[in-house]
Amino acid sequence: MTTSGDDYLPDEPRKAVGRRAFVGIVGLGALGVALGGRVQNLLSNAAGSSLGSILPFGDRFRIYSVSGNYPAISRRAYRLEVTGMVDRPMTFTLSDLQAMPATSYKKTFQCVTGWTVPDVEWRGVQLSHILNLVGVQPGAVALTFESYDGADGESLTIDQAHLPDVLVAYEMLGAPITREHGAPVRLSVPQMYGYKSLKWLSAIRVVDHVHLGYWELNGYPANGWLDGTTGPTNPNPGLA
Amino acid sequence: MTSLDHSRTGTAVRILRFDGVQRAAHWANAVLFTVLIATAIPLYFGSFFGLVLPRHAVQLTHLWSGLALPVPVIASLVGPWGRRMRRDVRRFNYWTRDEIAWMRTLGRGGAAREKFNPGQKLNAVFVAASILVMLVSGSILQWFNYFSISQREGATFVHDSFAFLIVAAIVGHTYMALTHRDSLHSMIDGTVTEEWAAQHAPSWWREMKSGGADHS
Repeated sequence: MTTSGDDYLPDEPRKAVGRRAFVGIVGLGALGVALGGRVQNLLSNAAGSSLGSILPFGDRFRIYSVSGNYPAISRRAYRLEVTGMVDRPMTFTLSDLQAMPATSYKKTFQCVTGWTVPDVEWRGVQLSHILNLVGVQPGAVALTFESYDGADGESLTIDQAHLPDVLVAYEMLGAPITREHGAPVRLSVPQMYGYKSLKWLSAIRVVDHVHLGYWELNGYPANGWLDGTTGPTNPNPGLA
Repeated sequence: MTSLDHSRTGTAVRILRFDGVQRAAHWANAVLFTVLIATAIPLYFGSFFGLVLPRHAVQLTHLWSGLALPVPVIASLVGPWGRRMRRDVRRFNYWTRDEIAWMRTLGRGGAAREKFNPGQKLNAVFVAASILVMLVSGSILQWFNYFSISQREGATFVHDSFAFLIVAAIVGHTYMALTHRDSLHSMIDGTVTEEWAAQHAPSWWREMKSGGADHS
């Protein structure tokens, strides 16, 4: 005779091992989320840097592109146009930028979606230096950044743009910026989440109000401060 | 009494091991995992594949396959068609003392006599738990606005780590399937030979013979 329908009743002593294993595995996952970045750093240190490059221990970039492809811009053809509310609209070549006083630093690259890459080296020109060259006119409030990918855009307020670590960068990770990282020139805004560091920078326009960029229009805060505050120089607290 | 759910192929008596619902769930699951891994590779190693693949399409495919992942398992468990599946879930859960010993000694001691051996049970439990873990951690990554940065970091770490574990489990699972043709056969046409059952799953075979729980 069959036992009634669904019942699979063991006829010798058994233990609910499966359920415990299930709960244990799910618990591990929950613990990992709860511990957050700490567990990652712990394992990353334990495993050393050689493993870190392949295993999911933290120092990996995830490459995003809003247009679905990576623009290819030759270093020779590259131009950075700076226009808008400025005294002297200018266009810079890559060599122009490289001839300006350079600034370098190492900083953890932090994405708003939760991955980080420690100790990323950057080298480039302070944005404030370029702004001084073109001469920002009174009444200007913000900068709009455009990308060679034709789709992405970013913004910074004039005050944010004058932070000393905001760079128009041409080196990253100790070498010329690679194509997927935004070659040949991108922004570095290290006090904010990665989406503010626009790749394939093509133009800077000085404007009289903040134009929300691609990611902001998709729900990210216009002021992407890493610490999640509205930031010291945020003129538009409501946006953050 | 015994009207075993079997058919004759050649001379061997064949016993039903997986019904159509279970096989459909298994293969739907297999297709979804394949799509998820295939799309995860270019997303994870983006610096290389991003140059040739439309990232957005890959992302959307990964997202929707991920959201669909629990559907086959859940659909195979509910409803009147899910009786055999539910029964097998109980089999995955309950372990005899012999099986625990078998697992502890990696097959050298104890005995595996049931419909599923402890390795198969563990695989099933791991896959089920992983689906839940991947669904939750993946959702945190997708709808990150609702979570703290620390939780996002944790979710990224968990999602990546489990992805590696899942790939390892699938490689092992596929290897076992390809080297155990009778088992693979039972996931294709649903049956095993009586001989196989008597040799590899004697408890289950006796249960079947006596019209036990799997007799339907």
